[in-house]
Amino acid sequence: MSEEQIKNLEAQFEARIARDEKIEPKDWMPEKYRKTHIRQMSQHAHSEIVGMLPEGNWITRAPSLRRKVALLAKVQDEAGHGLYLYSATETLGISRDELYEQLHTGKAKYSSIFNYPTVTWADMGAIGWLVDGAAIINQVPLCSTSYGPYARAMIRVCKEESFHQRQGFEIMIKLAEGTSEQKEMAQDALNRWWWPSLMMLGPTDSESVHTEQSMKWKLKRKSNDDLRQQFIDQTVPQAELIGLTIPDPDLKWNEERQSYDFGEINWDEFWQVVKGHGPCNKERMKARVGAWERGEWVRDAAMAYAEKQQTRKEKRAI
Amino acid sequence: MKNNLYKYILGIADNSLILGQRMGSLTGHGPSLETDIACTNISLDLFGQVRSYYQYAAKIAGDNRTEDDIAMLRKEREYLNVLLVEQPNTDFAYIIARQFLFDVYHFMFLTELQKSHDVTLSAIATKSIKEVSYHQRFSSDWIKRLGDGTELSKAKMQEAINGLWTYTDELFHQTEADKAMVAQSIGVDVTKLKEGYYEVVNTILNESTLEVPESKWFQKGGKVGIHTEHLGYLLSDLQFMQRTYPNMDW
Repeated sequence: MSEEQIKNLEAQFEARIARDEKIEPKDWMPEKYRKTHIRQMSQHAHSEIVGMLPEGNWITRAPSLRRKVALLAKVQDEAGHGLYLYSATETLGISRDELYEQLHTGKAKYSSIFNYPTVTWADMGAIGWLVDGAAIINQVPLCSTSYGPYARAMIRVCKEESFHQRQGFEIMIKLAEGTSEQKEMAQDALNRWWWPSLMMLGPTDSESVHTEQSMKWKLKRKSNDDLRQQFIDQTVPQAELIGLTIPDPDLKWNEERQSYDFGEINWDEFWQVVKGHGPCNKERMKARVGAWERGEWVRDAAMAYAEKQQTRKEKRAI
Repeated sequence: MKNNLYKYILGIADNSLILGQRMGSLTGHGPSLETDIACTNISLDLFGQVRSYYQYAAKIAGDNRTEDDIAMLRKEREYLNVLLVEQPNTDFAYIIARQFLFDVYHFMFLTELQKSHDVTLSAIATKSIKEVSYHQRFSSDWIKRLGDGTELSKAKMQEAINGLWTYTDELFHQTEADKAMVAQSIGVDVTKLKEGYYEVVNTILNESTLEVPESKWFQKGGKVGIHTEHLGYLLSDLQFMQRTYPNMDW
């Protein structure tokens, strides 16, 4: 294809996105679009799968049967999200095995928040309320992103996430209304998860390398800082409602901006965790890689069995 | 009657509780995303059944105890599950073998329990049997895949079947509560399920190119509360919150 032809295709492609048309797997797309989507979508899928681990940590110890069932269902939903998102990513011409390989070798990233430990039951509440809350803010705009399979997956994911967020908040309400030990547990969880949740919305705009291109492709519709502000403005009144204190002495309502001013985020911590130095980075990868390696003989057996069945079927057909 | 019925319900429910707990601890660590989802689903089904049984048991007990008290605040000797379901998640072959050896029994048991003269038990059985029919299909399919897959998977599957075989006979033992409930047409006479059980199990093992273990020595004790050493550790996780923070709502 000549350079001029490619330019022409690119112009048509950008025009389609500008008209809010969806790009589908078989449509022509610039290589950079494909790669950016593989990166973002797989990162999202990996986050769902790694995100199962901190919550999975409390399945056997959930305090009541009702909470256990809800937690199991939630973690199962995350596995389901991982499954759709991997499948949606596969439409861009990459296999799930290759995507796993990228995760296991550290080439692909996942949301840094899952590198923090879940040390008490209240963390199940805080994760649902804050982490899923922040995720929704990030993800709702993606329901109208330009790549069709991603947009459609996100519609379903967002519905379930919003349920998880309410479920998490409900855990927090119950703790906040409970005994002094329970209240203390809830406040402690908020103290530990608040700042990582703010970081979860991504580096501040001046440090974010992907924003501009992503805006054009509707992979992003608001900047990280705008999303963060939205999250804070939405969450602070919820904390107040249940009598918990946001662990930020600089947090203050700004009448003029009709928004909260907030304290400085420790970006050094954020980058350290991204680089692999968070409290649980090693454990999370060990768990994922371990499950994959321990499962190899199972996957091999399933393939061998399927092949045998196929051969038997063919023999019977002759 | 009340005490026998209470114990009878626990005998059924504890199997689902302990197996549900075992399957739930796999979440996030399965050999593939699809099997991970399926194992979590089985765990969810089992806990759903457990809740129905314990809520009913709490009503029968008639004091202030709740489903969670029954599930999480008994002593180890008071759990009445069979030894099979408490066996550890040694590897995926053991997980599947345990599930399969229980599912075949569970399906037959619920089929009969549907005919119980106790309407609540009959209703729970009718609801649960749909789920258990899926569990049995899932575990039987995996027995076939692993048995007739690769040499390695066959060896592992055979080892797991051999290892767990010793716990199968207990499924057909009757406790005093069982006998009393059978006499009132509330309970299922499990002794009558035994022959059919081994027929189904042996057929699937044969189809899977696996050998039916010849061992005739069987372990027992779970149904009367004498467990393997594995149960205590499982309970310390299960009961952790209720023991550490007594008398609180969650």
